Amino acid sequence: MTQQIAIKEGLFTWPAEKPELLGSRCIHCGEAAFPAQNDCRACGSRETEITALGNRGTLWTWTIQSFMPKSPYLSDETPETFKPYGVGYVEMPGGVRVESRFELIEGQVPHIGMSLDLVILPFRTDESGQEIMMFSFKPAEE
Amino acid sequence: MDVAIIGIGLHPFGRSPTLTGQQQGASAIRTALADAGLTWKDMQFAYGGSQDGGNADALVNELGLTGLQFTNIWNGCATGGSSLHAAYTAIKSGEYDIGVVVGFDKHARGAFNPKPSDWGLDDWYGESGMMLTTQFFAMKFQRYMHDHGISNDSLIRVSEKAFQNGALTPTAWRREALSYEQIANSMMVSDPLRKYMFCSPAEGGAALILCNANIAERYTKKPIYLKAAAVRTRHYGSFEVFSPSQAMNVADAPTVTASKAAFELAGLGPKDVDVMQLQDTDSGTEIIHMAENGFCEHGEQEMLLREGATKIDGAMPVNTDGGCLANGEPVGASGLRQVHEICVQLRGEGGARQVPGSPKVGYTHVYGAPGLSGVNILTR
Ligand SMILES: [Zn+2]
Repeated sequence: MTQQIAIKEGLFTWPAEKPELLGSRCIHCGEAAFPAQNDCRACGSRETEITALGNRGTLWTWTIQSFMPKSPYLSDETPETFKPYGVGYVEMPGGVRVESRFELIEGQVPHIGMSLDLVILPFRTDESGQEIMMFSFKPAEE
Repeated sequence: MDVAIIGIGLHPFGRSPTLTGQQQGASAIRTALADAGLTWKDMQFAYGGSQDGGNADALVNELGLTGLQFTNIWNGCATGGSSLHAAYTAIKSGEYDIGVVVGFDKHARGAFNPKPSDWGLDDWYGESGMMLTTQFFAMKFQRYMHDHGISNDSLIRVSEKAFQNGALTPTAWRREALSYEQIANSMMVSDPLRKYMFCSPAEGGAALILCNANIAERYTKKPIYLKAAAVRTRHYGSFEVFSPSQAMNVADAPTVTASKAAFELAGLGPKDVDVMQLQDTDSGTEIIHMAENGFCEHGEQEMLLREGATKIDGAMPVNTDGGCLANGEPVGASGLRQVHEICVQLRGEGGARQVPGSPKVGYTHVYGAPGLSGVNILTR
């Protein structure tokens, strides 16, 4: 069976039945950040704690990456197999807007305010055959 | 004490395959010195910078080892603005009477490819395909269109004007006007921004000779006075490039604070400005910057652009030399190219692209990664 590992520890709960994004919250001013930060950029405090940011959000802004990016992008794709993907900021119930890829649905134009669900998807396979798992979003099914 | 610009020089933007970045910087300095009737030996100080063109202070190898104070400045897209600010304070403080600022660059073809670690980011951010400046500018403008009722028509008109002006500017890189349809139908790069709505990395050099205004008349009949120079960085909540997350409350951009500081220093307001240079990394940013610099309200741009207000003969001419869209962006030189163009306009030397009515007050604005802005106000 293929081993699946997170692209980076601490970005999301994994493995988990219902994964959530993980960020940090300042215990002084309450501001949240993603990924988790040791220091608070809002008030300069050095006391932050890890917090779950949720797994459903709304799209705050978006674009479509229509060509295959060059380095530092690192995927298994070739320019021929590359599929355009959405990039947006997703407003999370944890109180922060997280930049993320999101899945495009054929024939459906993304729009600001649309509801999105967190998904953890295989992004690429590394040299040892492990699947690198990355967070993304897909349009929510109401 | 006032600071005057008495010499201006540009090495043409675009591609100079036989010249290094430093040679293009030296070329701009030689032109600026000739314009002021001065020699390199007359320079008491120099500030300069480049992203990919090498060290600025190595220009002494081209120009002569005169022993002057030469300080390298590197401050992202505000490199030129920061060099100019340093020269401005050096003269205002009374320490020096006359010196030079220079910016130059020579970038590889195609988009920049940033390293996540240079920006304090982890590798996953770049590897997963979110570290592209084109995405950021597209997302910033997508939201701006939503909040302020701006349409694609405005984006197309900004590009149309840029290439019209570039066609009138001998030192510009892109010198061919493009039709509205050519721009509207060009390849979609990052929704809503298309190919002809982005500037490209390029090459070029720009230099300015500055002096204490009390002695400016010795060197030129047309001194241009640098009334204000201000550089500011982002506040918490400002929506900036390469940010894995954004705060819920969006703060004013650094442009807003730099602009206010500059107007206050100069004792002038947006209504006093006759000709302006606004950072146009893409067409969308020029539209945002019209409002962030105080020249209109957010949302008014759609009507202003439809009326042609930002064209050379309009009420508020923007980027009369074609801006970054037509000149490309050699990062180190770009901010000083803006000041060069404003000097040309205030001297009345714009030729086919001269703003009518003898403009008296000019304004320049840069904005860039990682959230900083530089503003200069110039008068004649
Ligand atoms: Zn805090």
